[in-house]
Formats: sequence, C-alpha cells, structure tokens
Amino acid sequence: MALAVGCRARPGKSRDNKTGSWRVFKPVFDREKCTKCGLCMTLCPEGCIHETEEEFVAPDYTYCKGCGICAEECPGEGIKMILEEK
Amino acid sequence: MVDKTLELFDCGHRACGGCGAALSARLVTKAAGTNTIIVSSTGCMEVFSTPYPETAWKVPWIHSLFENASAVASGIEASLKKQGRNEKVVIMAGDGATFDIGMICISGAFERGHDFTYICYDNEAYMNTGIQRSGATPYDASTTTSPAGKCSFGNKRPKKDIPQILAAHGAPYIATASVAYPADLMQKVEKAINTRGPCYVQIHAPCCTGWGFEGEQTIAVAKLAIETGLWVNYEMVEGKVVKAKKVVRKPVEEYLKTQKRFRHLFKPTRQDAEIAVIQAMADRNAEKYAIDIKLKKE
Ligand SMILES: Cc1ncc(C[n+]2csc(CCOP(=O)(O)OP(=O)(O)O)c2C)c(N)n1
Ligand code: SF4
Ligand code: SF4
Ligand SMILES: [Mg+2]
Repeated sequence: MALAVGCRARPGKSRDNKTGSWRVFKPVFDREKCTKCGLCMTLCPEGCIHETEEEFVAPDYTYCKGCGICAEECPGEGIKMILEEK
Repeated sequence: MVDKTLELFDCGHRACGGCGAALSARLVTKAAGTNTIIVSSTGCMEVFSTPYPETAWKVPWIHSLFENASAVASGIEASLKKQGRNEKVVIMAGDGATFDIGMICISGAFERGHDFTYICYDNEAYMNTGIQRSGATPYDASTTTSPAGKCSFGNKRPKKDIPQILAAHGAPYIATASVAYPADLMQKVEKAINTRGPCYVQIHAPCCTGWGFEGEQTIAVAKLAIETGLWVNYEMVEGKVVKAKKVVRKPVEEYLKTQKRFRHLFKPTRQDAEIAVIQAMADRNAEKYAIDIKLKKE
C-alpha cells in the first residue's frame, strides 16, 4: 500500500470498517417505552444511535458493536439485548 | 457555543465494545467543535482511531510519539499564533503518556504557558501494550507488571496527583471529569478550551478489557468510582478547588467488587486490612474535597 505524504487520511474514513460484524447481542429498541430522552445517543461509544424520521431513535447496525451500554443505561428499560442469529 | 450535535469522532473505530476512552473521544470532540486541532500520544486511542489509511477523526489530527504530544502541540500553537490563526489545540493522551513518559514535555509546555488544552483520558494503566501499571493505576490493582499473588496485593503505590502537579505549574484551569457525567465533562472541556493558557482535564475512562468487567457496565463502574469517593470530579481555578461533586458515599468495596483487577481482595479470602486501606483513601478524598452529603437523621 502506498503511503500518502505525512500518512494523511480522509476524515472519517474509518467508516470503511463495518464494526457491526463484531456484534453478538443486538440492541432492540421498544418504541412504546422510549421517551426520547437521548441518553443512549449520548453514551454510545460508537456514536451510532440517531434520531429517525419517524421521531424515534435507532442504532445503525452497520457499526453497532452490541456493547450493551444503551440497554444498561436506558432509564425506561426500553432497550433489550438479544442474541443475534447470523 | 459550539454545535454539540455534530459527531466529530466517527463510527468504524476499533475500540473494544463499551470502551470508556472511545466515548471520551466522542464527547471531547463534541465539546471542542470543528475549529480544533487534536494531538494524540501513542496508546489505545491513537491505535483504535487511526489504523492507516482509516481515521475516525473528522477534525485535523496528528500523532508523533508516546512521550511528546505536548511538545508537538506547543509547536502547533506557536505556529498558529505567528500566523494569526485561531484554531484551538487539544491534546488527547493516555495516563501512561501523561503521568509517566510525557511528564518532561508536559512540564516544559506548561512552564512556557502555551494556549492549549491537555486532556488525559485515564484508563489507569498502559492498555494498548497489555495492561501494564502506570502512575495512574490505583492502589492494589492487579496488572501484568503489578500482578496480585502470594507475595503481593497488586500495585503498591497510590495514584499520582497530576492535577496538583500542574496546578503548581500555574495552570489557570484544571478539572477532573468522568464519562458517566457527559454534560459535566463537555462543559469542563469547553471551559478549558476557552481559558487562555495551558489547561488540563483528566477524564476517568473505564476500560472493560483492562479492569475486567463486561462492556455494558462502563457507565455503572464509572459512577461507582464517584459514589465511593475513589474518583472525585472537581474544578480548580488558579490552583484553588472551586467546585467538587458531592455524593452520599457508598463503601469502596461496592466499586472494587465490580472489577477483576481487584478480585484478589475478595477471593479466595476477603482481605479486610487491604480494603480498609482503600477505604481510608476514599475518606481522605472526601475530607480534602468536602464531597460528603450529610443525610439528616430522622
Ligand atoms: C518510547 C516508547 N516506549 C514504549 C512504547 C510502547 N507503547 C505504546 S502505547 C503504550 C502504552 C500507552 O499507555 P497509555 O498512555 O496509558 O494509553 P492507553 O493505551 O492505556 O490508552 C506503550 C508502552 C512506545 N510507543 N514508545
Ligand atoms: S449496543 Fe453499544 S454500540 Fe450498539 S447502539 Fe448500544 S451503545 Fe451503541
Ligand atoms: S483495551 Fe481498554 S482502552 Fe483500549 S480499546 Fe479496549 S476498552 Fe478501550
Ligand atoms: Mg492508559
């Protein structure tokens, strides 16, 4: 692989690395229980939880590693971790 | 005010699931905003964020060595000043880089009085190279270079007080923060960046891999550190503590029990004398920073 001058790289090029493949447990969000407090969005180490067009929050499973922080910290217990069949 | 909705530390980085350091990178870049240049030392954050040619950073970022982030930042700051530019220079360095090998460069940079913000994400050991102790490793923590066993209860020395050392350098603003309190963390980072001169923020960033707990517990573990008084969130202005987070304190074992690095204090037999030493450290913290909330007796 050729190195660019100063080993420079394009901002956010890490997106090429789809860390969703690491996941063993998958967070599933319960729309009924979600109060849209936004805590999961703040605390996700991947920054992969976003507001959706339907005014809900959802993780981007392309990158979600399934760490479980969102489920653990959701005040309304609105997120469940389920074993993912692959 | 910067737009805190922007994600400037992107997906696809290779930190362990639940990594406290990765969360701190997200929160710090949110607080710093787009007009920022980040300087990193060698360590987990540098490695997991930038395996060439990938990078998770969406602001200008540079890495040189393990020990010299503050020297590199000094040069960048001096150059920006000369050019009349206004970007903010922020260092993101591990505890090994900060407490141990980088100390000479840090001392020099703080003495010269550069206008930068030095952030130490403190995961309390050299994680990237396989969990060796650092000057930030807490008393009795088992690491690969301070293993608990027949002859030892783990790390023999208490955590070094770097904020005090930098206060003695005349740093105008110093703060400690935790990934468990993101709003407080971002506010402190913003304050440090907007204060002229060399400022320091030390962030407690639990490491599930090195401390031995499940990744989903990162926030819970960080909270317990504060609730037991083993980590104190405070602010220092011109060398004086002006604010500290108060708590209704829990016994230290509630924190220690959550992590494998302290497992030898409970198994095969409970080490009451060692736990008492750690409790005394928390008691001293509580007195020094006046963090105890006294509950009224019924
Ligand atoms: C001069 C030098 N010595 C040793 C190393 C090997 N090394 C790379 S990262 C690291 C530990 C980093 O520890 P810390 O700063 O706490 O960051 P962490 O990995 O814990 O995030 C070491 C010893 C190095 N890169 N350079
Ligand atoms: S499981 Fe972890 S990585 Fe996935 S969305 Fe929740 S916090 Fe983010
Ligand atoms: S070893 Fe610790 S600090 Fe390093 S990436 Fe994993 S969780 Fe983060
Ligand atoms: Mg470290």
